[in-house]
Amino acid sequence: MSIIVNNIQKGFNGTEILKGISFEFEPGKTNLIIGQSGSGKSVLTKCIVGLYEVDKGEVIYGGENFSAMNKAERKHIRTQIGMLFQGSALFDSYSVEQNVMFPLIMFSDMSKEEMIDRVNFCLKRVQLENKNHLFPSEISGGMQKRVAIARAIALNPKYLFCDEPNSGLDPKTSIVIDNLIHDLTKEYNMTTVVITHDMNSVMEIGENIMYIHKGENWWTGDKHSIVTTENKEIGDFVYASEFMKQLRGKLS
Amino acid sequence: MNLFEHIGRFILMIAAAFKKPEKWRVLGKNFIHEVHSIGISSLSIVALLSLFMGAVMVIQTASNIDSVLIPAYTVGFATRQSMILEFSSTMICLILAGKVGSNIASEIGTMRLTEQIDALEVMGVNSINHLVLPKILASLFIFPFIVLISMGLGLIGGGLIGTQAGIITLEKYIMGLQYYFDPFSITYSLFKTLFFAFFIATIPSYFGYYVNPSGGALEVGRSGTKSVVASSMVILLINLIITYFLLL
Ligand SMILES: Nc1ncnc2c1ncn2[C@@H]1O[C@H](COP(=O)(O)OP(=O)(O)OP(=O)(O)O)[C@@H](O)[C@H]1O
Ligand SMILES: [Mg+2]
Repeated sequence: MSIIVNNIQKGFNGTEILKGISFEFEPGKTNLIIGQSGSGKSVLTKCIVGLYEVDKGEVIYGGENFSAMNKAERKHIRTQIGMLFQGSALFDSYSVEQNVMFPLIMFSDMSKEEMIDRVNFCLKRVQLENKNHLFPSEISGGMQKRVAIARAIALNPKYLFCDEPNSGLDPKTSIVIDNLIHDLTKEYNMTTVVITHDMNSVMEIGENIMYIHKGENWWTGDKHSIVTTENKEIGDFVYASEFMKQLRGKLS
Repeated sequence: MNLFEHIGRFILMIAAAFKKPEKWRVLGKNFIHEVHSIGISSLSIVALLSLFMGAVMVIQTASNIDSVLIPAYTVGFATRQSMILEFSSTMICLILAGKVGSNIASEIGTMRLTEQIDALEVMGVNSINHLVLPKILASLFIFPFIVLISMGLGLIGGGLIGTQAGIITLEKYIMGLQYYFDPFSITYSLFKTLFFAFFIATIPSYFGYYVNPSGGALEVGRSGTKSVVASSMVILLINLIITYFLLL
């Protein structure tokens, strides 16, 4: 099911951050929100998942107007949302197993055995076996990301949000995480939203891309159209690195 | 934000904390965990402080009465009164407001900083209820015991120093402890303690929960300091109010 955002506006203390953004995040696809630092990507995502209330506009999950709901009404949508935070946001007093089990304990009626099975299934899916009893501080950043993904998919969400899943990871691990997100999206037909400013990710998994510039939806397209667009801001973004510039030289 | 806005937001937080929990079993588990981290882990420092406070009280009282007109058991009496009425409740709670308070503020503040609170909220968990309620309940439950233990140990510490240093005989000391004993003094002290316990749990939770994440670790540290200052002042104020109305 799709997520539609309709003319979202959001400001803090009088400064407008989001200036009327509209977009449709499509089901079964990895939808990307890209843009420069400070362009409003995180604020937009927090508005979509309801961590911030929008000043104007609406967010619609599978036909239901999320923005118009109160806290209690939102709950059934929230339990269908999995989110991967920029810093993983694992509960550091819980072990890996307890972290992944947490949403199951809170929102499912599974028995203890069923929960453990589900936890092990999710951990296996992110290639993290036999780490159940370690604590977040005892595993690497890449592993933490994978635990966070396992936790995000524990309840079989329809919607998956990932805020800069690659930040702090080396290029190779980044691609592993990107592909994991992409594959999970296809497997469970989720509506996945990935925030990134990493061109590698864009080229790897960019199926439906929105480029935000100063709080506006500046451009939409996919990974093929983004390298050929004539738009100046996009060009500056895509070809910011020396590597991409040289690549462009080779291609043309 | 001014003081009134803080108080308003604080009251809203308390209201959110007392919403029905998602799962009672999870609350129970967190409660036991908090009883341990707030209460049990403070026992050794409380024991040490109480023994020493009782001992000092005995020495102080003895050295200040060198008149033959004042009976020797007064030492026991004075120690009992000061331990039970003020030292074991107000003093111990002030000290625990520092220890427990800075713990709670940095724990919740760090959860805010590292987006763990956002993670709870996105899942659909009422994060205030999940994080703060177990701390309130655990404090209300364990602090009266801590204060009772402190009373007992304070009197024992006084007795030890009194008899060992030859200040007073054990009989006279015990006689002093029993002299005009009014059990209401313990009720009064425990009554105060419940208020202290509530604020020792909630004020640091408040400062931790609403820490400004863009301030980073520095801001979390400051929230600890702020909560210790604020809860100490609230304890002193409540102590004055309750004492005024109950004892005057
Ligand atoms: N809670 C807030 N209060 C006030 N201003 C905020 C708040 N959150 C974000 N902003 C401002 O909104 C703007 C956009 O921030 P946002 O975090 O969305 O950027 P971003 O696109 O995610 O950048 P990055 O790639 O660096 O994460 C920034 O100027 C930021 O200072
Ligand atoms: Mg961001």
